[in-house]
This record gives sequence, C-alpha cells and structure tokens, in this order.
Amino acid sequence: MAVILTEAEAKALLQKVLSYSKADECEVNLSGEERGNIRYARNEVSTSGATINQNLQVQSSFGKKVGVATIDEFDDASLEKVVRRAEELAQLAPENPEHMGVLGPQQYLKTNGYFESTAKITPAIRAEAVAKSLETSGNQKLAAAGFLDDYRGYSAMMNSKGLFAYYPSTNVNFSLTVRTEDGTGSGYVTRGYSDFAKLDTAAASKIAVQKCLGSVGAKALEPGKYTVILEPTAAAVLLENLFFNLDARSADEGRSFLSKPGGKTKLGEKIVDERVTIYSDPTHPELPASPWSGDGRAQEKVNWIEKGVVKNMAYSRYWAQKKGVKAVPYPNNVIMAGGTASLADMIKNTQRGILVTKLWYIRSVDPQTLLLTGLTRDGTFYIENGKIKHPVKNFRFNESPVIMLNNLEALGKPERVVSTESDSNYLIPPMKIREFTFSSLSDAV
Amino acid sequence: MNRRDFLQWTGLGAGAFLFPNNTVFGRSVAPEALLEPGVDVAVKKRLADAALNAAKAKGASYTDVRIGRYLRQFVVTREDKVQNIVNTESYGVGVRVIVDGCWGFASVVDAKSEAQTAKAAEEAVAIAKANARLMKQPVQLAPQKGFGEVSWKAPIKKNAFEVPIKEKVDLLLSVNDAAMKNGANYVNSVLFMVNEQKYFASTDGSYIDQDVHRIWPTFTVTAIDPKSGKFETRGELSAPMGMGYDYLQVNPNDKITGITTRYNKGYDMLEDVTAAARQAKEKLTAKSVEAGKYDLILDPSHLWLTIHESVGHPLELDRVLGYEANFAGTSFATLDKWKSKNFNYGSKEVNLFADKTQEGSLGAVGWDDEGVKTKQWDLVKDGTLVNYQAIRDQAHIIGENESQGCCYADSWGSVQFQRMANVSLAPGKTPLSVENMIKDVKKGIYIIGDGSFSIDQQRYNFQFGGQLFYEIKDGKIAGMLKDVAYQSNTQEFWNSCVQICDEKDYRLGGSFFDGKGQPMQVSAVSHGSSTTRFNGVNVINTARKI
Repeated sequence: MAVILTEAEAKALLQKVLSYSKADECEVNLSGEERGNIRYARNEVSTSGATINQNLQVQSSFGKKVGVATIDEFDDASLEKVVRRAEELAQLAPENPEHMGVLGPQQYLKTNGYFESTAKITPAIRAEAVAKSLETSGNQKLAAAGFLDDYRGYSAMMNSKGLFAYYPSTNVNFSLTVRTEDGTGSGYVTRGYSDFAKLDTAAASKIAVQKCLGSVGAKALEPGKYTVILEPTAAAVLLENLFFNLDARSADEGRSFLSKPGGKTKLGEKIVDERVTIYSDPTHPELPASPWSGDGRAQEKVNWIEKGVVKNMAYSRYWAQKKGVKAVPYPNNVIMAGGTASLADMIKNTQRGILVTKLWYIRSVDPQTLLLTGLTRDGTFYIENGKIKHPVKNFRFNESPVIMLNNLEALGKPERVVSTESDSNYLIPPMKIREFTFSSLSDAV
Repeated sequence: MNRRDFLQWTGLGAGAFLFPNNTVFGRSVAPEALLEPGVDVAVKKRLADAALNAAKAKGASYTDVRIGRYLRQFVVTREDKVQNIVNTESYGVGVRVIVDGCWGFASVVDAKSEAQTAKAAEEAVAIAKANARLMKQPVQLAPQKGFGEVSWKAPIKKNAFEVPIKEKVDLLLSVNDAAMKNGANYVNSVLFMVNEQKYFASTDGSYIDQDVHRIWPTFTVTAIDPKSGKFETRGELSAPMGMGYDYLQVNPNDKITGITTRYNKGYDMLEDVTAAARQAKEKLTAKSVEAGKYDLILDPSHLWLTIHESVGHPLELDRVLGYEANFAGTSFATLDKWKSKNFNYGSKEVNLFADKTQEGSLGAVGWDDEGVKTKQWDLVKDGTLVNYQAIRDQAHIIGENESQGCCYADSWGSVQFQRMANVSLAPGKTPLSVENMIKDVKKGIYIIGDGSFSIDQQRYNFQFGGQLFYEIKDGKIAGMLKDVAYQSNTQEFWNSCVQICDEKDYRLGGSFFDGKGQPMQVSAVSHGSSTTRFNGVNVINTARKI
C-alpha cells in the first residue's frame, strides 16, 4: 500500500481499526508523508535526503482513563495489537480529570492545500531547482549555501462517535544565503509555497545575490531608537511570538501577556494600533491550511486581533467548558491584514529609517511583556529621503511585538513568508515602525 | 534550541504532548520494553557486514554502518496531575558510503535481515553516484585504524528505566507539592531519560558496541502577585547529565552551599524546588537593576550556556568553513586567526578545552559516530586560539592527520556530521573560593542559573539572562535583583575574565537538545567550569510596560 492514502483508503483503514475497539470510546489519528531535501554549501551539494513516514495513533478510553499507543505497520495483526495496547494502557492509567471524551461528527470548510506540482517532485526536479540557484550565484565569485525541502502528505482521523476528517497537503520551503568570498557581504532569501509551480529559485536567488553585494561596506550607526521598515521575513519572527501566546488558559492563570491583575484578561481590549488585524482562515488561497484541528474541532475564520482589539483566545475543550465559552482551537495558519503599498513605495515614503530584511536568534526575554531579543542579519540598510543610501552594520534589538504594533506607521501588501526560526509559513505585510529599539552593534556579517 | 524551545516545539508548554512523526522518536512502547535486550551483537555484526559487502561490491571506497536503538522515557506533570508519560523506541540502520569521492547515505527502519541492510547500502551508493557529478573536490578522509570488536558502556550506577514509573511520578508530584506549599502559584516538572544503544561498523575494520545514558530532571515554578498582575518564574538548577537514575541520589557531598544550594553529581530536586518557590516569590519584589557596567560573578549553572554559545559553536570547523552559513551561520574565529598563533581569544587566565571522555558528561562516548576514539584537546591555551573541533573529512584542512572524534547523528535515520564536543573552561590553578572572589568586588552581580540567550550568526555579540541575580556592593551580597541581562562581544568578554575559582568548584552544565543542521538534528553536550569573574560587563534593564 502507498504511504499517501486517498480519502477512501484512509476511511477504510480507520474503520477497520475502530472495529477492533472494545473501549468506551476510541479515536484514531492517521498520517503519511514523503519528504525530500537537498542541502548545499560552498557552491556544491553537501547532503541530500528522502524520508517516508506513516503513523497511526489510537486513543482508547474507559470513563476518564485514557491510553494512547502508536504504530507504523498497518497489517491487520499490527492494527489489532495497537488497539489492545491502547486499551491496556487506559486500564492502567490514573483518571484524567481533564479528559473530555471524543467529539461527534463535524462540518468542515473545504480547503485545497494539495498541489500535484509539489507532490510530483523527483530527485531530478529538486536538483534542477538547486542548479538554477547555483547558476545565479556561481557566476559572481560568491559562496552560496541553501536548502530545498519538500513535503507531501495527508492526515486523517475517525472516532467511535462517527467523526471523520481527511486533509492532504503539500509544501516546499526554499532558503539561500549568499556571501562574498571575503566575508564582507551577506544576503538571504526564503520562499514557501504549497504549489511548487510558484517557486522560481533563480529569481529568488537573484534577490539574495543583490542583498549580498549591496551589504558590502556597511557603516556603523549608533544604537538607539530608529524608524524601521521590516520586510515580512523579519516581521514574521517577531509576530509569531505573539501568535504562540494566544492560549486562554495561560491568560486566565495570570501568566501571559494577555493577563491582567485579579485573574482577568485583555480579551475585548485594544492592545495595539487600530490598523492591526490578525486572523486565521484555513480557506485562504495563498495560505491554505487544514480545516480541522488534531482533536477534530472545525477550523473557521477567526479574528484574533481586530482593529487592535483582542477578539479571541485559543482554548482546549476542557478549559472552554470550565469557562463556559466556545472552544476555539489554536489556528492552523495566521494572516496579518495589510494595505496595498509595495516595499518600494514604503521606502520612497521614508525620510530617515533602517530597512531590516532578516532577523536572527529571536529569544524571549520577558514573557510578561513579550520582550524579545535578537539581531539583524544578511542585509540591513540606511534609508534617507526615500532612497537606500548605504548598508549598515548589524544591530541587536530588544523589543516587544506589542510595543512595536503600537508604534505602527504604515503597512504594505501582505505576502507569504517562511519563519527563519520555526519554518512556519504566514501571510505578513511589510511594516514601518517608529522608535524600534536597537540596543547594541554587532560585528557579524 | 534549548529546553524551553523544545517544550514549545512539542506543544508541551500548552499541556499537550505530541511528538513529531520522525525517526528520532520512533514509536511508543510499553515501559517494560525499554528494559528488553535489543538485537544481539552477533546479529548486528552480520547485518553490518551485509551492508559493508554490498556497498563494496557496488563500488564504494569507504562504508560505515550504524545500527541504532534509541529509547526514551519522559514523565510530565503539573501541580497535582500527571500530564503525560511517554515511552518510545526507535530502531533502524543507517549506511554511509563514499563513491567517486562523494558521500551517499540511506537508512532503513526496523531492519532485521541482511537483505534489508544490503539494500540500504545499495541505495546509498546510488545516491552518492548521482550527487558525484555536482562535486568539485573529492571527499578526503583522515586515516583511521580499525579497532576490531570493542565495546563501551557509560559508567552508570542505576539504569533509569529500571526504576518503576510510579516512583518517578511520586517524585515529581512530591516536588510539585513542595513548590505549592512554599508559595508557588503553578509548577510544571518533567523527567527526561534517554538510552542510546549504538553499534558502529566500518570498512576500516571496527565493530563498536556502545551504551549511552542521559537524564534530566527539570521544573518551572511560577509565582504571581495578584495585585499588580506581575509574574516571575524560577527554573531548576540541575544539569542534564550523562548518568543514570543515580543523579537523583541525594548526597551532601554533591551540594554546594551558599546564597542558594547548587549541585554537582547528585541532585536534590525537592530541596531545589522548595528554594525555587520562595525565590520566585522573592523576585516579585526584588529591586529592578540599574543599567550600567558591573563585574559579573558567573556560577557554572549559568556560565555553561555562555561557553556553549561563545566558544563551543564558533570553534566548530564546519561553521568556520561555511557549511552552516544558511542556518546557524559562520564564525568570527576564521582560519587566518588560528594560523596567526597569536589570536587573543581571552585573557591569560582563559584555558578552554574540548573533551569527549569526561565521566558523567553528556558528550562522553568511547568512539564517535565514525569510529574515532574519543579524547581531550585544547581549544584556547592561556588565552590564545589553538584549535577547532573537526571530523574525518575536515581534519586535513587544519593540518591534522586524525579526526578529533566530533561526529554524531541523532538517529540511525540521520546522517552523522560535526557536532560540538563537551567544551569546558579549566578551573583556576591557585586556590580560590566563591566567597573570597566576591569579597574583592565593589560593584557587581552574581548570576546563578541559565535564562534567555541570543548570539549573532558569527558569534560576536551576545545577550544572556539568568535565573537568580544578586547585587554585590563592596564585597558583600546586598540583595536580589531582577530584569537583568548582560550584553558583550565574545573576544571582549573573555578578555575581561580576571579570576576563576579552583577545581573544588568545578561543575557541569549542559544542553539536552542542542539544534544544528538542515534538517535539524539535536545533540546533548556538557560544559564544565568553576565560578568565574568578568570585569566591567554591560548590563541592561529588561523591564518594559505594555
């Protein structure tokens, strides 16, 4: 049997697994994937790999006693064995007071995240895409190091109350760092798509080359507060720390940036500039995502921050029941709304500022304020009178995305980006921010 | 990646526990299965020989085979609840070959037959042949003699998997109970335990069987001031260790008393969490630091991470050469600086060494993942840069005719590459206690435990936080501080090192989940030091209002 099952094949397999169940309730999650990658450095391929994985997880419960077992072999004997194993573990487990039981059938939105162009990538196609990238940088005495990583797979689930869900998807991430041979310049580009047909490695590589050559001869500016234009790749790694912290329970418990004194939260309060709207939508054509969460809940369009106001937090089913609210699951994608201005327009409209193309080594400094630290990397430029004047040396920053989104000057047109920290894909606009805090200089190129 | 990233990555922070579907974690098994013997060593030799012969027949000039069984048990709790108990086993075989001067790698899960390992070898050969067209220079391997049939076992006193789960759950729940009774609002605690059973064979004539154990007891205590809504946390002062359950044996000789108790090779988790709950509350009303220059006294439970980021990583030869340029970055410690023989990495006090042999350390093994016998060597001698960390296909670049044994893969399914050895700061040669070190400091901060960390892609500019900060005024500890982080430049920082306590204070810290590579692999590594003084370091205040 193939590793990537069709909806009908997945359904038949899941029905078979459930037929072995003797527990009060049983829920089965199934997945299969094929991944391939090429890594290159110093202008030649360094490693390459391909992996195939399939996995089936059975959760059996007797009352509030729950057991989980997994297996990667799908013959009848193995399937029955994994169900028995989950039941044995459930019988031995202490009662879990937070266990909620399985959901009944759900209605899901229709989304399309599976593209044949990506599914059909072969080692030869992968090598060709990398060869195009190497040609772009290779003609100019530069050192290129990059990574191309593609995925096709599906996930499915079924439970003893009749819930069934299936979602196939594809993804390709490409990233490239180009450095001058003498190490005085460095440029970066990253691209992420569900549809491989949209990936032009030669065009992307040209951007990295341009940033690399443009970053040579960087001048030092004094650290301090500056107006910055963050390219979406730079903004994503700051904003995702806000996305990761939308959990209602932490907020209710008083240990989140969304907490307020006395066990209250900032739900319903304006926390950032009114032009900020952050939402999730599994049907977005540029960033399609699974219409269901891992526990079977339906993913809908959800506004997390609307016009600067916190509209929703993410709940586990247990915590939502305890609080008597709708159990909105943690989202499968995140989109920040923007305007229509291009990055070039935004630079043109800036009198003095710094263009930040990438940020690196982002770490939380204070979870209470979401204060983050990290550095600029691979192309940072000084803007004067609407033009890029010269490259500048890299800075370390200490800044909170909450403070940053209060100091918003302008938003551009959102584009799909890959987080250089988590590899997640988002839709994020370029943004102009005033008084962004750079706290020291770095000699790194 | 460190523990906090790992928790986020696994969703543990949010209370869930889903492992990525990959070869590192494998499948879940019964706890008893963690004690069952794996494939017999004689069978492993047959499986390995089948792969070695198959690759040779297809034209490989070099082949190595790794047969790995990776066992993991994680016990996860919060307050009075067990959130999860995870037992996983991953078993498979990875084959690496050189054909036409190019590496090729292929792996196979659950391989029990010679036909399977031979097929993996043939796939590795096919991949090497395909990629050879893209190579400019053939791979050059440092010579390595074969060791025949040998074995190595971590010298543990008590296999953690032999301890019943109930005992582990009881320990964590009593730890949580102690935290709550001493003023914590919330507490999360976790026990991580790992056993790597690794078999290595190569065409050099080595058949190496190794048994590696690691353990890490951790917690986070949260205290909240309901009036102001402020919250503070305090994490464990344990270290992840290359030990068995014996690390949790309470032993007065392993305690370092002082402003707070720290631990050497025996960890008293109950005592530490009790202190943590009180200290998290104390942090709520502690004085916010005044930014400026301070002399820093850094405890080994903190300094390990600064060593890791500012010495361990920049002296990895693959970074220096550009192989990690697209992700982790390159290094300021370029070959010309090393060749000059006078690059001033630190002050004369600073002696930093790499080592893969120290007992109880996370990096200790008998041989690395390409069959090289492990050893200890100098990286920075009396302040001068003298060497890097390299593997067999890099040794010639730094004029060495043998590898230093730094090769590691996190799974049978991952290709081995250069990873950090234990990198440690040698203790001071003249007798010096922490108390006497503090006596001479006029304006300083004493930092214990690791916190926030960030460093640039060439390892110049860094910023570190911590768990506990104490103000030093005129040679005396004046009280607790908060909102502290220090920023410096690697070379400037190590040149500001003026004093290192003697060997009586020497302890290990370490990283259980250090990330590197694309796709990312994790490794575990220790860093030893004694308490050390650095003069005139820039401290910032991290408090903000939102």
